[in-house]
Amino acid sequence: MRGKILHAIGLAAIVVFTLFPFVWMVMASFKTQSDILASPPVWLFTPTLQNYVDIFADTKVSGAIVNSLIVATLSTLLSVILGTPAAFALARYDFRGKSDLWFWFISNRMTSPIVLALPVYLLAMYANLLDTHIVLILIYLTFNIPIVVWIVTDQFKSIPPDLEQAARLDGADQFTIFRKIYLPLGAPGIAVSAIFSFIFSWNELLYALVLTRRNVQTAPVVATSFMSGYELPWGKIMATGTVIVLPVTIFALIVSRHMVRGLTMGATK
Amino acid sequence: MSETMRAAPTKPNRGYGRWTPLWFLAPAVLTLFLIGIYPTIFALVTSFRRYNITRPREGFPFVGFENYVAVLTDSTFWSSLLLTAKFYVTVLPIQVVLGLIIALLLHKPGMGLLKSLARVTLVVPLATTYAVVGLIGRLIFNRDFGVANQFLGFAGFGPIDWLSTPGGAFAAIVIMDVWQWTPFCALIFLAGLSMVPGEIEEAARLETSSKLALLRHVQLPYLLPGLTAVMILRSADVLKLFDMVFVMTRGGPGSATDLISIYIQRVGFRIFDLGTASAQAILLLIITIVISRLYIRLLYREVQ
Repeated sequence: MRGKILHAIGLAAIVVFTLFPFVWMVMASFKTQSDILASPPVWLFTPTLQNYVDIFADTKVSGAIVNSLIVATLSTLLSVILGTPAAFALARYDFRGKSDLWFWFISNRMTSPIVLALPVYLLAMYANLLDTHIVLILIYLTFNIPIVVWIVTDQFKSIPPDLEQAARLDGADQFTIFRKIYLPLGAPGIAVSAIFSFIFSWNELLYALVLTRRNVQTAPVVATSFMSGYELPWGKIMATGTVIVLPVTIFALIVSRHMVRGLTMGATK
Repeated sequence: MSETMRAAPTKPNRGYGRWTPLWFLAPAVLTLFLIGIYPTIFALVTSFRRYNITRPREGFPFVGFENYVAVLTDSTFWSSLLLTAKFYVTVLPIQVVLGLIIALLLHKPGMGLLKSLARVTLVVPLATTYAVVGLIGRLIFNRDFGVANQFLGFAGFGPIDWLSTPGGAFAAIVIMDVWQWTPFCALIFLAGLSMVPGEIEEAARLETSSKLALLRHVQLPYLLPGLTAVMILRSADVLKLFDMVFVMTRGGPGSATDLISIYIQRVGFRIFDLGTASAQAILLLIITIVISRLYIRLLYREVQ
């Protein structure tokens, strides 16, 4: 009995630990400025929607969310289009250089974005691509393609080879087999990898900070840009934070079973 | 890349050629080459130049290894690497121990509903936009109205000026990192625990009532690969760490939280000394490649 109670307390502690900062942000987003600035902090207060009204009236915030949506969606789409055929080759064929290719994909997961941010900034500056959607969409492919390739390869490997043998005997070529068998049967894995791409692109700050100016600032950039000046608009900041985090949290809950795979590139199954 | 390719068993026609994988790989590989490798080469070239874009009149002359010498003799570069290492050895044990405790609680039979709830909530910190984690940190650790000081007050301690003292700022970014990444360790360990064959665990539970003995003799072997993965991935993540710290402290006060990615960003995009910053980035890349090699060597045996 005592063990059970301790177990329940432990589990409840996990919930409190993981949710507290998140809940605290959401609570602050419903507070007035004077409630937020109250010392010591208040836990019970009359909620207000004013912060949300303010940020949605602010074209800077709504524009940034649209920018984030454009960049994350298109980068995800492109990485699925480019990544799934590569995954097919990696799942189906043995060839020399395969392990080097893997190594390259994994290194992309490990490399600090600052390494690429410097040269890409210069190249984009010379090509007049600074502050455009396209430069962010392309640079996000550096981490999105590897995640798609990894997850989808894994999924493709689990497709039974008999199906393919039968199609082959009917005279189907490899491109048909990819399109008619692998793409439909691999759809769950493709969906999971697309969600990961979206989350990673949506959350990214460093590239967006460096490569954009006014026109294509993404949501995280705008949220951090509030953080200057003397009197910070805390309510608006926390409302913006909530609006940014909520959609990706929902996505993450959908793929929660695959979270470890997505974050480790499959080292542990 | 051809002779080791698997030959098609029956009809070697239509799309079964030795070059078929190439057609499937080419789009992804070419794209990554263009947006990944080409800029890296550009950075490498830049690292051998004097390249300050605020002074374009001086041109961008090649200066050999001057930038590398400057970086390697720059005590700030070394101290920020050292700080990054200190951050790593501070957060890692906390995350491993807390992660293991969480995993064991979630692995223990019983408490179905509460357990599922706890399991699901673990995903929330992991998905939270890193920059927003920094914003939350600024709110929680505010000296005057932050809830962290309120908690300290409950425990009978006086308030701390978290973000404007070196020790406080470092502790604050450690706490936020622990919050965000402990669930990652927990989920990996939980996956390891669930690999222990049911019969073996049952038998061991009958043999001994000691949880510690069970952990050491039965579960530990299944946890080790996960531990290796955590150690390597977290080291790469700490070298990458930028968003949360940038938002919370900008590397300050002074250089108290000036982790390596923050420092390079400042040299490149505040001082605009891109030659030096590129040399630093190339050195960071080399460290990362060593870590990735290690990761593959230790965890991807089946691919090799």
